[in-house]
Amino acid sequence: MTIQESKRLWVSLGVGLFWFLMLLWPLLGIKPGGLEFSETWAVFSKIAVAAVLIVAVYHLRQAGVLDFIGTPLVKASEAVGRGYQKAPTWLLLAVVLAAALIYPQFAGRYGNDVAISVLIYICLGLGLNVVVGLAGLLDLGYIAFYGVGAYAYALLSLHFGLSFWTCLPIAAMLAAISGCIIGFPTLRMRGDYLAIVTLGFGEIVRLILNNWMTLTNGPNGILGIPRPDFFGYNFASLSSLYYVILGIAVFTVLAVYRLNHSRIGRAWEAIREDETAAELMGVNTFLLKLLAYAMGATFAGLAGAFFASRMRFVGPESFTFLESAMVLAMVVLGGMGSIPGVILGVLVLVALPELFRDFELYRMLVFGGVMCTMMLVRPAGLWPAKRVGRRSEEME
Amino acid sequence: MNQDSRQPILELRNVVSAYGRIRALKGISLKVFDGEIVTIIGANGAGKSTTLMTMCNVVKAVEGDIFYKGERINDVAPDQLPTRGLCQVPEGRRIFPRLTVTENLDMGAFFRRDSAGIKEDLERVYDLFPKLRERRRQLGGTLSGGEQQMLAMGRALMSRPRVLLLDEPSMGLAPLLVKQIFDIIATINGQGVTVVLVEQNANLALQCAQRGYVLETGSVVMEDEASALLHNPDIRKAYLGE
Ligand SMILES: Nc1ncnc2c1ncn2[C@@H]1O[C@H](COP(=O)(O)OP(=O)(O)OP(=O)(O)O)[C@@H](O)[C@H]1O
Ligand SMILES: [Mg+2]
Repeated sequence: MTIQESKRLWVSLGVGLFWFLMLLWPLLGIKPGGLEFSETWAVFSKIAVAAVLIVAVYHLRQAGVLDFIGTPLVKASEAVGRGYQKAPTWLLLAVVLAAALIYPQFAGRYGNDVAISVLIYICLGLGLNVVVGLAGLLDLGYIAFYGVGAYAYALLSLHFGLSFWTCLPIAAMLAAISGCIIGFPTLRMRGDYLAIVTLGFGEIVRLILNNWMTLTNGPNGILGIPRPDFFGYNFASLSSLYYVILGIAVFTVLAVYRLNHSRIGRAWEAIREDETAAELMGVNTFLLKLLAYAMGATFAGLAGAFFASRMRFVGPESFTFLESAMVLAMVVLGGMGSIPGVILGVLVLVALPELFRDFELYRMLVFGGVMCTMMLVRPAGLWPAKRVGRRSEEME
Repeated sequence: MNQDSRQPILELRNVVSAYGRIRALKGISLKVFDGEIVTIIGANGAGKSTTLMTMCNVVKAVEGDIFYKGERINDVAPDQLPTRGLCQVPEGRRIFPRLTVTENLDMGAFFRRDSAGIKEDLERVYDLFPKLRERRRQLGGTLSGGEQQMLAMGRALMSRPRVLLLDEPSMGLAPLLVKQIFDIIATINGQGVTVVLVEQNANLALQCAQRGYVLETGSVVMEDEASALLHNPDIRKAYLGE
């Protein structure tokens, strides 16, 4: 590293820390009695010391001083990576699946709870990934389909006594239909306009759920939704519910994988890249965009039905814009269009806020900071979609 | 040879196309016969690209008729036309930037189901553009301009077109590459593909084509044998820069 580079590094660190102080002071320092500094300083000094240490270590590593630790570490991680690449994919998948299967045996109530919400978000993320990642249609009202699925199960089971397993496909279908309803008028729109219309759609659905008292019981929500049961066995415990959503998530992963590698998936990608060119190549863009909305909504509908049965309660406040934004963040952060990426994105964004529970007040601040850092360091996502010529290469 | 007695493979009769209220084509009639190269030349904004897009029904004709293989195709969906052998390489290439070269070529054969034939055509395209074979795993968007042009043409060839519409294939290419592209157009034509060629480079286009149409603000102002247009003093002055 040249002197100049190192100077630039330290100057930007200084500027960054100063900016952070300016941000932190009003947050912590404004008290009823006026502006005070001691608490701000207590927090700031720790962070500043940590940042300086990190930069110093980085500096030393660049200079090669730490090679005696670093080199063996790099060698080890390379060896692990090589082993990873040599192992067949099915083996890795089997290990992951086995771990997922025995997980509830080792996790407590809290662990199961977090795992269930991870799996729900995996379904949502993968569904949104079809719309945003593959077909390239920005959808900011995606959570509406989750709501449709949840209310579909709640109402059908309470009013008609239908079982969870009958309602599951119905909820998925109703969500798919509402996907078509929003898809249809927006098909001619692109980019920003599409985002705003879908945002509006999401809010409309939420407002309907909130205000249609006779059907949805308004803001009070619907109580006493039955848990799923299977030939007399009731999925009452959290760990048994975990297996239900694990099944739905595995189904989602398989379905999205198949879609991804099908002609339809390829056509979606072509539409994302250049709609007119896709049309000139014989892709029915109208039908395929509608299909993308419908498929994406289907998985949200499945997850929604499960959510209603797991909470035994649905209310409109579960389906706000923030949720849509959260799912979108998981997809973008993980890597658009990549299945392992989306799963990783979900894990990070669900697990992080849980890890930071100790920080209490600063939880969301830390969360936001980590999110920004990750996007700066890995703009294409944690696990970007791999692009190699699939079909023709395989034929050779 | 009396051309009017033959049945054209592609024909526009008094076609009017509009973007909103603005009429970009003001009643265009032109004929393309099987096996020939026809060029359409004209100034910027004359409506050349619009003509090609109207042939593919991406821009809908508001008046007039489009005939392809003797059949009126005004109401055929644009995605159905490649399956019938009418394919376009649009202006500015419009390849799929985040798909690999092979995937781009695959998209050209999207509607086809004969995997053996697709594989054969893939080899044919790679033989025609050896550069693409070298780069087959590279993302389309990272190719150079010339390579992208080759990819766009190769992609269209993957649909086994009867009629190929080319919109400014020489745009932004170095002279040597332009010559190469025109040689390939002649080769493709020699393999029995009818070509409609829109070009800024009127000189080369008229040398390559058998017949030509001159477009001016949405109307055909002249049509003739290419060699006659090439020696027409008005054309030389207006489009060949003399
Ligand atoms: N999408 C559009 N919306 C509105 N007007 C358009 C659109 N596309 C083209 N036009 C207009 O239609 C006319 C013809 O455009 P066209 O693209 O066909 O010209 P061109 O002959 O291909 O020109 P160039 O040689 O510059 O490519 C122009 O006046 C242009 O401004
Ligand atoms: Mg043009």
